[in-house]
Amino acid sequence: MTPDRSHLDWLESEAIFILREVAGECARPALLFSGGKDSLVLLRLAEKAFRPGRFPFPLLHIDTGHNFPEVIAFRDRRAAELREELLVRSVEDSIARGTVRLRSAGESRNAAQSVTLLEAIGEFGFDAAIGGARRDEEKARAKERVFSFRDGYGQWDPRNQRPELWDLYNPRVNAGEHVRVFPISNWTELDVWQYIGREKLEVPSIYYAHRRPVVRRNGLLVPVTDLTPPGAGEAVEAVSVRFRTVGDVSCTCPVESVATTVDEIIAETVATRVTERGATRMDDQTSEASMERRKREGYF
Amino acid sequence: MSGVDLAFKNGLRLFGGEIHAAKKPEIMGNPSEAPAHSRRLADQGMNHTGSVLRFTTAGSVDDGKSTLIGRLLHDTKQILEDQYAAVARASTKRGLASPDLSLHTDGLEAEREQGITIDVAYRYFATPRRKFIIADTPGHVQYTRNMATGASTADAAVILADAGKGLLPQGKRHLYIAHLLGIRDIVVAVNKMDLVGYGRSAFESTRDAFVRYAAPMKIPNLQFVPISALAGDMVVERGAAMSWYREPTLLERLESIEPAAAVRARPFRFAVQLVQRVRGHRRYLGRVTSGTVHAGEEVLVLPSGRGSRIDAIYTFEGSRDSALAGDAVALALADDLDISRGDLIAAAAGAPRAAQAVQATLVWLSGEPLDPQGRYLLKHTTRTVRARVAAVNHVMDVDVLEPHAEGARLGMNDIGHVTLDLAQPVFADPYAEDRAMGAFILIDPHSHHTVAAGMLR
Repeated sequence: MTPDRSHLDWLESEAIFILREVAGECARPALLFSGGKDSLVLLRLAEKAFRPGRFPFPLLHIDTGHNFPEVIAFRDRRAAELREELLVRSVEDSIARGTVRLRSAGESRNAAQSVTLLEAIGEFGFDAAIGGARRDEEKARAKERVFSFRDGYGQWDPRNQRPELWDLYNPRVNAGEHVRVFPISNWTELDVWQYIGREKLEVPSIYYAHRRPVVRRNGLLVPVTDLTPPGAGEAVEAVSVRFRTVGDVSCTCPVESVATTVDEIIAETVATRVTERGATRMDDQTSEASMERRKREGYF
Repeated sequence: MSGVDLAFKNGLRLFGGEIHAAKKPEIMGNPSEAPAHSRRLADQGMNHTGSVLRFTTAGSVDDGKSTLIGRLLHDTKQILEDQYAAVARASTKRGLASPDLSLHTDGLEAEREQGITIDVAYRYFATPRRKFIIADTPGHVQYTRNMATGASTADAAVILADAGKGLLPQGKRHLYIAHLLGIRDIVVAVNKMDLVGYGRSAFESTRDAFVRYAAPMKIPNLQFVPISALAGDMVVERGAAMSWYREPTLLERLESIEPAAAVRARPFRFAVQLVQRVRGHRRYLGRVTSGTVHAGEEVLVLPSGRGSRIDAIYTFEGSRDSALAGDAVALALADDLDISRGDLIAAAAGAPRAAQAVQATLVWLSGEPLDPQGRYLLKHTTRTVRARVAAVNHVMDVDVLEPHAEGARLGMNDIGHVTLDLAQPVFADPYAEDRAMGAFILIDPHSHHTVAAGMLR
C-alpha cells in the first residue's frame, strides 16, 4: 500500500514543477511579490523548488504608493530574510514620467499598475513574470493558461491563447514579448489558507481580525484612510474586520470577521457565501468585464 | 428562442428559486434531518485531506452540460451569492426573463455577448472526500481541439448523453476523444431522465448502446449514471425519483476513482528539469514522471546510457527514502555523470526505448494546416528536439470515425496518424501505456505557437 498524497501535496508539486520549468526555459524571469498571501505562498514554493540554491529570478514589486504600511514592512522583511533580490518599481515614477495620467489624485491606482509593470518588464528585459493569480478568483481568470502569452504591448488576447496540453508548457517568445506564469492557477482561496496553515507561513497582520474604522457603502466595508475619507453623512464605525485580499488601499475592502488564527480563517472561508473579490474589490464591480479588460491591457 | 436557451432558463429558474429561498433547498433534505453523508465542507470540518481528481466534461449544448456543472457547483455549495447576482445582472442585460446559469460558466466578454463558449475553462469544487478540478470544454465550436486540451490533464471524463436520444454521433466522438487521450475512467451521465419519466428502460437502452459501441476500445472503467441535472437527481443527491437505481450517484462515482495507482505501478521515469550543485555534488531537480523510486535503486541515464544508483532523494524538508509519480524532488546519484535538462533517469530494468523515427497520432490545433515540408519543434517531457514530417499516413474522419488515407491533409481539429523524423532521439513509452511518457506537443519554430498535440504509438 503506497502512502497517499493530499490535495495540498499535489498542488505543491505541480507548482514546484512549473517554477522549475520557468527556470529551465526562460532566459530572464521575475517573480511578482507584493507581500500579499498568494505571493507569500509563491515564495514558499520557490524555496521548495530551489533551496538550498538561490532563486533563479529576482522578486519584483509594483508599488502603487497606496499601500497598507503593514504590508510594505512585511514585504521588505520577508525579502531580507530570504536574502533574495527585491526590485521595486513605483506607479509614482510612472506618473512623474507622464506614462500614467490619473483623472484625480485619489483615484485607484490598481489599473495603473499595468503601465508600471510593463515598463519594468521592458527595463529589465524580463521574458517571464511569475504571479500568484488563481483561476478561481474571477471568471476571466478561469480561462487563463498557466503559461500565458503577452504580445509586445503586454496585451492578453483571450480568444487566441496557446493551447496548453498535459504539463508540456510552451513559454517561447520573441524579443519584446513575454509570458505570465501562474504556478498556483489551480489553487482556491481555501487551498491557500490551508497551505498557509500547514506551512505555518507568516502573513501580514491585516489578514487577521482587527478593529478598524470603516463606513458601509454599497454593501462593502470601506476602510477609513487618508485616501478614502468618509463621505458626507456617512457614519464611521469601528468594526472587527480582516482583509481577504490586499491590494491598492483605495479599492480594497475588508470583511467583518473575528478570525484571529489560520484555522478560524479557514472556517470562515468554508462558510462564506460571497467570493473573495466580490466582498472586497470596488473596481471589479464596475462592469461585468472589468477584470478581463484590465487583463487585456496588461494587468495581472 | 432556441430549445437550448429554454433548457438553461428552466434550469435557472430552479437554481434561482433555491438560492433566494434562503433556506436549505428541498433537494438537500430537511434541515432537521441532517443527511448522513453531507457533501458540504462546512458540515465536515474544513481540513479535507483527500487527493485531487481532475476530470473533463463533454457534451453538446443540448445535453445540459452547463446545467450539470452548475448543479455540481451549486449542490456542493460553490456558487456564491455575488456570483449568482452577477449572473442575474448579466441575464437582465441580455433581456432574459430569468437568470441563465450558462453565464456563470462563460467568462469572457465575447462569450456573454454572443452566448457561446470559446475556450476551456477550469472550475473547482471540493467535498470532504477530495478536491475536484473540472476542465469545462465547449461542445460545439472546435470541440476536438478543446476537448483534447481538457482531456490531456484529466484523470476522468464525464460524457453527457440525452436519455431521450440515446447514443448520438457526438456521443461517439466524445467517447473516442476521451479514449484517444488515454482516459481510463469514463462516466457516462445519462441526463434528462426527468423528460423520460425517470424510466429505467431509457437509461438501460442508452447504456447498452454505449457499451456495445465502446467494446473494442476496452476502456478500463466505463460507468453509467442516470441523472437529471435540472432537478438534481443522482448528481450530488439521490433524489426520490429513481429508486430503481441503487448504484452510486455521479459525485460518488467521481469520489471513488483512484487514478494514481496505475501511474505509480509503471516503471520509474524521471525527466530532469534542472541541475543544481550543492557543496560540489550534483542534484537533479524534477518531478517523478512515472512509477516509484527508492534510495539505493539502480538507474539508467539517457541518452548517455550510463548506469548509476540513487544516492539520495531530497525535498525542502530533508531527505526521504522514496518518491512517487507526481512528487517534485531532487535526486542525487552515486556517480558524477554529465546530465542536463531534458535527460531522463529511468529504472535500470525496463528503461524506455529511444525513438527517432516515430509513429504518432496528432490532434492538429492550429488554424494553419500541417506543412508536410515543415520543420517543427517537438517537446516531450522536458526535452525539446527538432522534428520533420516524414509521412502523413492517414487522417481520421471524426464524423464517421473511419480513417481515410487519400489526400491526407491535417487541418485544425483533424486527428491524423503521422511518421516524424527527429534530429535527436526522445526516450519514450507508448502513450497508451504511459501518458506522461508518450505525450508531446509540436511548436512552430517561427510563430512559437503550439500547433499540435501528439501521442506516441
